[in-house]
Amino acid sequence: MATDSMTQAATTQLPADWRDFFALTKPRVMTLVIFTGLCGLLAAPGSINPILGFTAILCIALGAGGAAALNQWWEADLDAGMKRTAQRPLPAGRLGRTDARDFGVLISAASVVIMGLGVNWLAAAILAVSIVYYAVLYTIWLKPRTPQNIVIGGGAGAFPPMIGWVAVTADITLMPVLLFAIIFMWTPPHFWALALFVKTDYANVGIPMMPVVKGEKSTRRQILIYTVLLAPIAIAPWALGYTGPIYGVISCALSLAFFLLALPVGTRTSVDGDTMKPEKRLFGFSIAYLFALFAALVADALLSPLLVA
Amino acid sequence: MTPEEEAEYRRRQKSRNYVVGGILLFLAVLFYVITIARM
Repeated sequence: MATDSMTQAATTQLPADWRDFFALTKPRVMTLVIFTGLCGLLAAPGSINPILGFTAILCIALGAGGAAALNQWWEADLDAGMKRTAQRPLPAGRLGRTDARDFGVLISAASVVIMGLGVNWLAAAILAVSIVYYAVLYTIWLKPRTPQNIVIGGGAGAFPPMIGWVAVTADITLMPVLLFAIIFMWTPPHFWALALFVKTDYANVGIPMMPVVKGEKSTRRQILIYTVLLAPIAIAPWALGYTGPIYGVISCALSLAFFLLALPVGTRTSVDGDTMKPEKRLFGFSIAYLFALFAALVADALLSPLLVA
Repeated sequence: MTPEEEAEYRRRQKSRNYVVGGILLFLAVLFYVITIARM
């Protein structure tokens, strides 16, 4: 009987490869999530047992992976219509939708429970909120409805450093909120720079991304506005005395570079056959910016006490 | 199902079993060391 049902299942579809489940977690996005979460954890005052610290980062990664799997489960049809995403496991037909949904729910739930039991329940609660925020608020509700989707949805990616920090302190103070705010304000110029050179993809599947709905001019203006708003928030941890001069100098330099690269993007108009070099340059730099800013935060937390001594 | 398809079916099934087994083993060790760390 078991053999019969197995044979029947086998003739309908081969079981998915484990690599396809891994691909569902968006490993490249996860590297940034792990990095910012780890930076929040290392920069937080106090200490955490290395095993519990590892567990916290693992749970942040699992939660992000689960939310990414749920995002791909919901958007499988849209992904099939975009060149950039058509080869993902679901639109390419290498994985069943139900499997993707169950996998997403399972690892999301596991991440929250392990975080709560192993680290602390405040970090687990913020992790749960971040998963719901991304999988439901952003993916299901906002993304198909408003061109401001990425502004509010950016909050989902802003949680990891806050969770890392709270894993150590078990308390929410101004500093983890500032770390949240930095990524929140960084997301629009980062993502809209990308959307400017892949806008036809979004237009084809009807996602109301800013360049599609409001046009290029408005998007460029808003990239510049968010870049200007990001600078004081990025510098605030130093200006408010939460960090030392290492972070202060690096955050000022990075903010200036970000502004100088956003300026041509914000003020120019593209022409037919445009290579969109300034936009691609800004997108590439924005990723390096976030890595460098959070690395500076950790370097400052580790080295500033030595400078004072 | 051709012999090639059946072989591929078995190969995927086996590799998934190994991965799931590895994850379960990892979780058992993780829960053990978390328990020790929290004592």
